[in-house]
Amino acid sequence: MSNKLKTVALLGAVATAVTLSAQTVQAQAKEKCFGVALAGQNDCAAGPGTTCAGTAKVDYQGNAWKLVDAGTCMEMELPAMADGSARMGSLEALDRDLPAS
Amino acid sequence: MTFDTLPAAAGVGYKPKHFNDILENPAPVGWLEIHAENYMGDGGRPLAQLRALAERFPISVHGVGLSIGGEGRLDPEHLARLRHLLRWLNPASFSEHLAWSTHDSAFLNDLLPLPYTDATLARVCDHIDEVQETLGRRMLLENPSSYLAFADSTWSEPDFLREIARRTGCGLLLDVNNVFVSATNLDFTPQGYIDAFALEEVGEIHIGGHDEDEGDHGHPLLIDSHGREAADPVWDLLDHTLAGSGPRPVLVEWDTDVPDWPVLAAEARRASDALLQPRAAA
Amino acid sequence: MISQSAFRHALTDAGQPVPETLVDGAGRPAGRRFSVYRNNVAVSLSEALETGFPAVAALLGAANFARVAARFLRQHPPGSPLLMTWGGQFPAFLEGLDELDTMPWLPDVARSDLAMRRAYHAADAAPIEPAELLALDEEALERARVTLAPAVQLIASRWPLAEIRSYALGETPERPSSGAQDIVVTRPEFDPVVSALPERGHAFALALKAGMPLGAAVTQCGAGFDPAPTLALLLGQGAITGLIS
Repeated sequence: MSNKLKTVALLGAVATAVTLSAQTVQAQAKEKCFGVALAGQNDCAAGPGTTCAGTAKVDYQGNAWKLVDAGTCMEMELPAMADGSARMGSLEALDRDLPAS
Repeated sequence: MTFDTLPAAAGVGYKPKHFNDILENPAPVGWLEIHAENYMGDGGRPLAQLRALAERFPISVHGVGLSIGGEGRLDPEHLARLRHLLRWLNPASFSEHLAWSTHDSAFLNDLLPLPYTDATLARVCDHIDEVQETLGRRMLLENPSSYLAFADSTWSEPDFLREIARRTGCGLLLDVNNVFVSATNLDFTPQGYIDAFALEEVGEIHIGGHDEDEGDHGHPLLIDSHGREAADPVWDLLDHTLAGSGPRPVLVEWDTDVPDWPVLAAEARRASDALLQPRAAA
Repeated sequence: MISQSAFRHALTDAGQPVPETLVDGAGRPAGRRFSVYRNNVAVSLSEALETGFPAVAALLGAANFARVAARFLRQHPPGSPLLMTWGGQFPAFLEGLDELDTMPWLPDVARSDLAMRRAYHAADAAPIEPAELLALDEEALERARVTLAPAVQLIASRWPLAEIRSYALGETPERPSSGAQDIVVTRPEFDPVVSALPERGHAFALALKAGMPLGAAVTQCGAGFDPAPTLALLLGQGAITGLIS
C-alpha cells in the first residue's frame, strides 16, 4: 500500500521535474563566461625578479600572524545556521585585531 | 587532418582568450604551441578547444613539467600522461626543456638550472632516451634562460646541447630570447653563442619578451618574463640566427600580461617578416 | 657539486645561504641572482593557488591570501606537474590555521573552488533527454538508476555556501542571508555552475551518484521528501547522463 503510494508520488515527481527542467535550461542558457582558464596555467615564463615576497626571510612553519587587510570577508555577517545553533564566525573579533587607521 | 611538421612560419603560444580570434583572423600565424600540462585533464573546454584548433593548425606540444634534468628518475605517471596526449593529438612537434623542476615528487613550477658536467650529460641523455622511446618520436630540447652559473660546469651550453643531440638523436629548440637573457646575465656575446650552436639540429625557434632587473655590483639582470614584446636586440639575434640556420618555425611566446590578439598578431607579423625578408645579420 | 636536494632546500627557505658553487658570469658568488629562482617558485605557485581558489582569495584579500599561500606551498607543494590538480589539501590546511578561526566557512568555500575546477576539467558526457524518464512506468521508475556526469560535485555545508560564493565573487551585492546550503556543481557544457540544492537534495543526489535505484534513493531521504526540485535541477543542468531501466 505505502509502496504503491510512493511510486505514484515518484511518477508525479518525475513528471514535474521534467517540466521544471525545461525552464531551468532556458534560464541557464544565458549564464556564460566562466573563467576560461580555471586554475593556474602551467607555463615557462619567469617571475618578478630579485625582490618580492618569495625572498622574505620568514619562518613559514611556526610564526603566528594576523589577518592584515579586508577581503570581502570583513563585510560579511552570516545568519544563524539552519540547525539553529548559534552563528559562528562573527567578524567582531577580527576587527579588534586590526591596527587603528 | 593531421599536420606532420611545423611550417617554417610564425607561430604563437596559444592562450584560451584568443580562441575566437585565431579561428576568425589567424594571419600571419601558421601554427600554434600549447603547454602539454594544461591539456592533461579528462575533458571540458581545454580539450574541446584543442581538438578544434588541431583541425586547422599544426600544433607543437611544449612540455614544461617533465624535469628532464632531474636527479631522480622521470615521473612515470607524467610520462604516461604525455604519451596519452600525444597519441590522441598526434602533434607536429614535441619539445621540452634542459632544466629540472621536480624533486622528491614535489613540483617547484620553475625551470631550474643545471651544472654542465659529464654526470649531468649522462643523466639528461638517459632521460631523453627514455622520453623518445616512450613517446615513439624525436623530441626537441630547449636552451634555458640563466640567471647564474655553476662553478663546476665543464661544458659550454652550446657544446653541451650539441653533444646531447649527437648522443640521443634529439633535435634542439633554440630560444633566442633565452640566449640574449643568459648572455647579458653571464657576460658572453649572444652572437658567439648562436655561432657555436648546432643550428642544423634546430627544429624550432622561440622569441619572447624579457624584463630588466639588477643583480649585485650594479650588473644588469634580465628576467625571462614572456610579458611584453621582444626587445630589438633579440629581433636582431633572430635575424642572425636565421641567416645561419635558414628558415625555421619561429614561435612568439607571451605568457604573462597576455595582450589582446592584435598585439600578439603584430608580434607574429614581425617574426613572419624576419622569415620572409631576411635582413643582413646583425 | 651542489645536489638538487640542497638547491631546493635553499630555494624554499630564504633564511638559508645561497649555495656556494653558484656564481655570476665573473665567478663571483651568485648573491641575489638566486632570488630570481626563489621568487619564481614562490610567486608562481602562490599565483597558481590564487587562480585556483578565486572565492577564497576574494574573501581573504590579497595580502592575507599571500601569507596563507606562502605556508601552503611549502608544506604541500604540487605532487605532480599538473597545476590544475594542485590544492586538494588546501581546505583541510585552512581548517588547521588558528588565524582563520574567525572565518569558519572558508574551508567549505575552498572545497567549492576545488569542485569548480574539477568540474571544469572533468570528462565530457552527453546528458539524457529528460523526456526519456517519462517513458517509464511506475515500477520501472522505482527500479531505475541514473548516471551522473563526471563533472557533478556535491558538497554538504553548514554555511550558506552558494550565497557566500556569489557574494565573494562579486556576482551579487546581497550578503549571505540563508541558513545552511548544500551545493551541487554541474557543467552544462563547458562552464561549471554552482547551485544550492533543495532540502535533502544532497542525500538524494549522493544516493543517485552511488547508483541507488530512484525508489530507494527517495525512500532513504525520509518521509515527505519531494525529489522533484533536485531532479529538475540535475536534469536542467545536463547532469544526468545515463538511465539504466
